[in-house]
Amino acid sequence: MPWENIVSSSARDRVRALLKTTGWLQTDIDTLANDADLYAAGLTSHATVTLMLSLEEAFDVEFPDTLLRRRTFSSVDAIVEALTEIGVKTEAV
Amino acid sequence: MSALQDAYRDYRDELLSAGLLISMGVDGLYGRSGTFERIVEGINIAFSRVGDPDKPDVMRFPPGIGKWQLEQSGYLKSSPQLVGTIHSFAGDDRDHRAMLETLEKGGDWTAGQKTTQVALAPAACYGVYPAVAARGPMPASGALVDCYTYCFRHEPSIDPARMQMFRQREHVRLGTEEQALTFRKLWMERGQAVIKSLGLPFEVDVANDPFFGRTGRLLATSQREEALKFELLVPITSTESPTACVSFNYHRDLFGRGWGITTSTGDVAHTACVGFGVERITLALLKHHGLSVEHWPKQVRDVLGY
Repeated sequence: MPWENIVSSSARDRVRALLKTTGWLQTDIDTLANDADLYAAGLTSHATVTLMLSLEEAFDVEFPDTLLRRRTFSSVDAIVEALTEIGVKTEAV
Repeated sequence: MSALQDAYRDYRDELLSAGLLISMGVDGLYGRSGTFERIVEGINIAFSRVGDPDKPDVMRFPPGIGKWQLEQSGYLKSSPQLVGTIHSFAGDDRDHRAMLETLEKGGDWTAGQKTTQVALAPAACYGVYPAVAARGPMPASGALVDCYTYCFRHEPSIDPARMQMFRQREHVRLGTEEQALTFRKLWMERGQAVIKSLGLPFEVDVANDPFFGRTGRLLATSQREEALKFELLVPITSTESPTACVSFNYHRDLFGRGWGITTSTGDVAHTACVGFGVERITLALLKHHGLSVEHWPKQVRDVLGY
């Protein structure tokens, strides 16, 4: 799994790495700011579902119903904020 | 909830007693009488009166779609609980004998059935996207398709308005984002005008499809937040839980991407559709105007072409 090589990175880096390894975006994640709109970058509704499942697997968490919303996955920052909310340590370990 | 179940049962029994629906011994599966079918035909007449001047390509598909079409549509990702696939016996003489023995003992005779290449259409427009994609890039005017078929959704219910096999009459627009959105706006006005002319009370509200599971919850909230789906709701058995009789859907580029449908400029097509649930509108008419069509208001009968 791609994220196993980056467990020592911060959550933000891990989210970015995850987005880089997939074909979900039409724009290279490296060219996007942390607050850039991922939907504008080509993230579809169905890809959001796969992204959600991949994040849950990578961080060993489960998003509660209240976070199962479009804006939870709208940017790298939004994803990190949601992960923080459900107890993921966001700093590098 | 039980009051609602009672209301469903009462109306279903009323329709069965009147012979408008014919029991087939399975919840949500019914035969239709000639009177019922004439109303359905009338709704199609009303739809065509409004839609035909747009000169759509008429496509009529059987209620089955290719299993490959179901797979490519993305429907298995979002709504696996509603899918129906066709299975058939594929054994030899010995398997046949064993199956009949199992049947005689009241066992599960379907164990040896194999999947065929056919699945049931979950919506009338599912045959349209691959057909338009196969034509290659669309002209600048895009495409407009009129489709109508029986659909299947596995959700057995005693609510006569929640049939497992029902028909949708649709117009599907394929083109640019602007063309798709303009079409949906136009049909939201037309749809309300048609239902109003039938003397039915209604409201229009933003809606979501019944997507499956936790991932479905994300799809449903996204669909609502983006206002991709609107439904025209008519109270049939309940005013608190009115029934969606017409839906107005904008798919963004979901099907355009999924099927590789492109516009004249080579961009991924956006699509939208309007769907009339003809049985549901029929049931709403019978509820509001009574079971005797000859006593319906003249204006309603005129709209239905009586």
